[in-house]
Amino acid sequence: MIKLEHVSKSYSAGIPALNDINLNIEEGEFVFIVGDSGSGKSTLIKLLLKELEPTEGTITINGKDLHKIRRKQIPRYRRNVGVVFQDFRLLKDRNVYENVAFAQRVVGASNRKIKSSVPTMLSMVGLAAKYKSLPRQLSGGEQQRVAIARALVNEPKILLADEPTGNLDNNNAWEIMRLLEEINKRGTTVLVVTHNMQIVQEMNKRVIKIEQGVLVKDELPGDRNDED
Amino acid sequence: MRISSFFYTLKQGFKNIWSNRLFSLASIATMAACIFMFGIFFSLATNFQAMVKSAEEGVAVTAFFDEGITEDQIEVIGDKISKRAEVANYVYVSADDAWNEFKEIYFKGSEDLAEGFAEDNPLANSAHYEIYLNDVSMQDALVTYLESIDGVRKVNHSEVAANTLADFNSLISYVSIGIIMILLAVSTFLISNTVTIGISVRREEIAIMKLIGATDYFVRAPFVVEGILIGLIGSALPLALLYVLYSKVVVYIAGKFSFLSNMMNFLPVNEVFRTLVPVALILGVGIGFMGSRITIHKHLKV
Repeated sequence: MIKLEHVSKSYSAGIPALNDINLNIEEGEFVFIVGDSGSGKSTLIKLLLKELEPTEGTITINGKDLHKIRRKQIPRYRRNVGVVFQDFRLLKDRNVYENVAFAQRVVGASNRKIKSSVPTMLSMVGLAAKYKSLPRQLSGGEQQRVAIARALVNEPKILLADEPTGNLDNNNAWEIMRLLEEINKRGTTVLVVTHNMQIVQEMNKRVIKIEQGVLVKDELPGDRNDED
Repeated sequence: MRISSFFYTLKQGFKNIWSNRLFSLASIATMAACIFMFGIFFSLATNFQAMVKSAEEGVAVTAFFDEGITEDQIEVIGDKISKRAEVANYVYVSADDAWNEFKEIYFKGSEDLAEGFAEDNPLANSAHYEIYLNDVSMQDALVTYLESIDGVRKVNHSEVAANTLADFNSLISYVSIGIIMILLAVSTFLISNTVTIGISVRREEIAIMKLIGATDYFVRAPFVVEGILIGLIGSALPLALLYVLYSKVVVYIAGKFSFLSNMMNFLPVNEVFRTLVPVALILGVGIGFMGSRITIHKHLKV
């Protein structure tokens, strides 16, 4: 489903943010991408969102070479990839319902479709009762759940989460991770970039570790040693 | 585009104006100031041009006939004159008309003195056509043509009056174009600046839209609606103000400075606004549309 072949990305300074990454993620997998700050994790997410172009190598998603997607086709591509950010990135002047509905308006969904799918999605993330609240009236965990609902409302096959628990306390972080796990069980491929090693260890999923732009470890569940 | 998306875009445009009240107010004020200046200048220029036009209409070329010319020949000359494009209208003045007019001016109060000429018109050879022009700059061409017609003895015209009016007319045109260009450049610059501020405030919002798959068109549309609305309000307000001011100022000047109203006639407010309203609205909406469209283009590369 997601395939990276010899992918490198260098910024103008010349130091590679990612160096010769080879990676294959199958449909329905739950994968953690870990590494220190500046290791290249976020660059990887940006490459997958086609916010950046790799300097070298090929990225294939659902059998489609990202390099061959033209600028005009990027919006259509992004609608098939849900994305969640550390800082939630909600539209501050719109309430919970409108933030989720916005993702549907972008794809030109009818009002009838929006009225049926947004409440369903809000129920799934446990925020049906707060549909009228503005982002500032919600806790960090709730805001992240709105962001997840927005990312999923168009039923993408892939969900990218860039440090989704980075701004949350432990309880909220776990709530979000359980929600992501639930989403994965329904068939969505989930990629989570995180620093939170406690969560990574306890969830027992595939872990990809990047250090200074190089993929240093790709561990499947069950491969893990106790000292990790 | 779906109807629901169209109405959503429209609604967002209105909402954007309200949620960015301060920016919208600044843009509307900028636009209103520019359109107000334009309106004042346009009213002045239109009035000047109307005055020059009416002065031009008073400038006549006089064509006298050969002695002993028949009435039929005079009519043929009249036909030829009427076919000229630069001729607005022409009047036949007979020798008797000319004498009566002369008497009216020079023998007023002593009409009995003029009676001595009753049987012998001293202006017997002064029957003529008075020809009024559409455009005084064409006077020379008409004079040359008249002089070439058989039966025309002499052509009288005032070169100084025609040249002065033609020069004044082209001066007004050049100044008008110059001032309109400056106002356009200034207003486009100011609008572009205010739109840039408004968009940079919402740069994050645009980035979010792009990352969740919004097309450039979807992102741009509410901003363009916003720009058009700002242009519409920013031009409608000064137009309303100018309408009231113009009517009041014309009445005030006519009442306070009666010597001015003898010299010149102000155009009625409706006549000026018949052109000013569509021009100002198109300018306002056009600047709002272009300003927002061009400015947002720079922020869509996410």
